Amino acid sequence: MTKVVVGAHYGLKDWLAQRITAVVMAVCTLIFVAVLLSGGPITYDSWKALFTKGLMGLMPFLTLLFVVSALIHAWIGVRDILMDYIKPTALRLAFEVVTILWLIGCAGWAVRILWRL
Amino acid sequence: MPDLTAKRRRPLWFNLSPLNLPVPGLVSIFHRVSGLLLFLGLVWFLFLLDMSLSSESGFAHFRSYVGHPIVKVAMLALLWAYLHHFCAGIRYLFLDIDRGVDLSTARRSSYAVLAVSLALTAFLGVKLW
Repeated sequence: MTKVVVGAHYGLKDWLAQRITAVVMAVCTLIFVAVLLSGGPITYDSWKALFTKGLMGLMPFLTLLFVVSALIHAWIGVRDILMDYIKPTALRLAFEVVTILWLIGCAGWAVRILWRL
Repeated sequence: MPDLTAKRRRPLWFNLSPLNLPVPGLVSIFHRVSGLLLFLGLVWFLFLLDMSLSSESGFAHFRSYVGHPIVKVAMLALLWAYLHHFCAGIRYLFLDIDRGVDLSTARRSSYAVLAVSLALTAFLGVKLW
């Protein structure tokens, strides 16, 4: 080994963020599935109402929390995959930039969908 | 200069190691593949959400769109990816806190992840359509 890594928490923040966002999304998923399975047949009005004032008005907040978590979680995951398989630095950097822009675009779209309601 | 090396053809070695991949390894690579699938499917999911929440007619269009067999198969694949990523992720959270790290438990939990995610995909798939 030519490079000695000294110091602490190399990548610890990302590691932790990956797990915290995972738990947040898992809880949101369970709540969402429970709401869907407990409700009756879905119409446009009930579907729209779910996202605007579902769960006593908590649904918009939960959805936003999910979107932000997904953004962070996906970025760390995709970055890990890129680090493993794409060795040339310039190419990997290009992929990483595209991934970041893509994810920010997706999050923006999600916010726009929910904002419009 | 005479070629002193490679007098005989060396035997071909087929890489059969994927066939010997242990189940926890299978869960691991599926976790990665499903995660990538979800990343790639994200934009399509947003497209569907946008359509379903846009208007009354958009919702009706969404209904007929997801009724198409090819769309159903694609959604089922993404549903599996989500559920597998979900189940395997919970397993990894337990491994992170040193629960179930011995070999036999790790193997059994791997089988459980594969089975539960497939069963849930079937259950929710039937439930949704």
